[in-house]
Amino acid sequence: MLAQFIFALRTAGIPASITEYLTLLQGMKSGVADYSVDDFYHLSRATLVKDERLLDRFDRVFGEVFKGLEPPEGDPMQQLPEEWLRKLTEKLLSEEEKAAIEAAGGFDKLMELLKQRLAEQKGRHQGGSKWIGTGGTSPFGAHGYNPEGVRIGQEESRNRRAVKVWDKREFKDLDGDIEIGTRNMKLALRRLRRFARQGAATELDLPDTIRATANNAGTLDLKMVPERHNTVKVLLFLDIGGSMDDHIRVCAELFSACRAEFKHLEHYYFHNCPYERLWTNNRRRKESEVPTFEVLRKYGPDYKAIFVGDGAMSPYEIIQPGGSVEHWNEETGQVWLDRMTGHFRRSAWLNPMPEAAWPRYQSAQILHKLMEQRMFPLTLGGIDAMTRELSR
Amino acid sequence: MAGFKSTESYIASRDLEVAVNAAVALQRPLLVKGEPGTGKTVLAHEVAASLGHPLIEWHIKSTTKAQQGLYEYDAVSRLRDGQLGDERVHDIGNYIVRGKLWDAFEADRPQVLLIDEIDKADIEFPNDLLLELDRMQFFVYETRKTVVAKHRPVVIITSNNEKELPDAFLRRCFFHYIRFPDRETMEKIVQAHYPDIKQELAREALNVFFQVRGVTELKKKPATSELLDWLKLLMIEDLPPEVLRSSDPKTAIPPLYGALLKNEQDVHLFERLAFLSRRQQGR
Repeated sequence: MLAQFIFALRTAGIPASITEYLTLLQGMKSGVADYSVDDFYHLSRATLVKDERLLDRFDRVFGEVFKGLEPPEGDPMQQLPEEWLRKLTEKLLSEEEKAAIEAAGGFDKLMELLKQRLAEQKGRHQGGSKWIGTGGTSPFGAHGYNPEGVRIGQEESRNRRAVKVWDKREFKDLDGDIEIGTRNMKLALRRLRRFARQGAATELDLPDTIRATANNAGTLDLKMVPERHNTVKVLLFLDIGGSMDDHIRVCAELFSACRAEFKHLEHYYFHNCPYERLWTNNRRRKESEVPTFEVLRKYGPDYKAIFVGDGAMSPYEIIQPGGSVEHWNEETGQVWLDRMTGHFRRSAWLNPMPEAAWPRYQSAQILHKLMEQRMFPLTLGGIDAMTRELSR
Repeated sequence: MAGFKSTESYIASRDLEVAVNAAVALQRPLLVKGEPGTGKTVLAHEVAASLGHPLIEWHIKSTTKAQQGLYEYDAVSRLRDGQLGDERVHDIGNYIVRGKLWDAFEADRPQVLLIDEIDKADIEFPNDLLLELDRMQFFVYETRKTVVAKHRPVVIITSNNEKELPDAFLRRCFFHYIRFPDRETMEKIVQAHYPDIKQELAREALNVFFQVRGVTELKKKPATSELLDWLKLLMIEDLPPEVLRSSDPKTAIPPLYGALLKNEQDVHLFERLAFLSRRQQGR
């Protein structure tokens, strides 16, 4: 049962490992989650999920695997409401038996029997024909195979508590494939940061100083190392206008996330596909236009190029000279894109359209191919994959 | 098993209790994440108090190295002593400075060790502590001595998610994500901290607080600790609860907002919203 749960988690993309599985078993053995489904849920969550973005997915898998599992928790004596007994009489007993029970002392007798069994029973029980639990044939309990079985413990009040904890899906917002906000994006982009020592020597290098001093026969010889600086350089190319209008908000967020994260960040705009001219200010486009060659010359191959665009256009805009919707382009967009990706050692394309929609646009597919599969959706997961690709 | 439970001053949800108890029972580190101000660090204090163990705090900065938690070899003072001809120089043990982990390992009774904000450190930091936290022992090269934990400490690690933690490290931990408390829990938390707060004031303040949190464009949403600070201010100023009723457009910005809104863009946003609502009322 549990192994199946682990496999279901792994299929859903939660990287639960054998060690964690063993930890879970160990935790159950040590009695951290005694006889309570809720506690088992909490324990398995704390053991198997290590990333809040996966919590929602975990809830879904848990709900699926343990569907129909009822919690036989709490003090059973206090949780035996009158209705159970009423149901007993309605469903379990025939009219004659009812009459017989009435004669033999009525509900009290039955209540006593029930109490007696509950008292004898120590823990959670499953199967069997006598004890109260789940899945048995005793008239008392839940999910019994006894066709007339009284569904004790499936009263609404208990049921509500049982399913809801993981069915509430409170971690939905944290799922990496769904939400995208400035802060989350920053997180993903941080991966791009790479520390390297550059600049003036400002820190005392103790090991080197000791070595140098020893070599100097004990006379102090101070050695310095440069301080750490964030040296990641990013060049951002943003598609603007036309079909991109729907995605302005997400792109603005990406932009502000980038701004704060990198020391060297430059951005240029293009429309649909980059051609021989780019611009830096969309409002004063004509004045701020820069030849693309100029950009390639100005920024070294160590800049990481990120294109942001939905890639939704006519295929001719990419593969045909003069295909641009705005001007006559001598060379195709494909040539320009190849030039740019060839110049910058690391490049990627971010697409604000959901990944499932890409196959519908031929142009998006062409771009995906031109980028050598380095087109990523503009979701947290996509940015994560992109930054991993860019910082390899 | 004694177990960790909510206390008078700290309201823990059931899932947090289970996670803490699992970590204590299986002697593995507990990694706690969550929005800033939801009581991650306070949790360690509460766990220490409820288990009756002393708490050792290790606050991580961007410059902290894993080695500093174990021990440091003070080469500079040995060098100085050597040049001055001090006798101590012959025993290298005199220059080994113990770190927090060493303290926790060598203590005569179990300890609670808090490694606060582990994500502030270098990306390799957690990896450097893998073996130490797993086996609860480490080797001191200078003195050729192995330090083994007499009692495995309860290790609580907090993270603000600024860096991704390595998988190998995560495998060894229990994980808990502190969710932002719902209104009911929040009322309990307020009650726990300020038992003699006026009911009406608390209610109105919570209304305002959840309204502020409901504004989606906020850069930094106020969290539990901000709410508690704000309530304290309100109590000190002894403001009547009526002031908090937002039906009056002039007070659409909550009084003493400095405790709740922490950057000027958010304050501007609120002023704009207040202006809009005033104009609507004027119509």
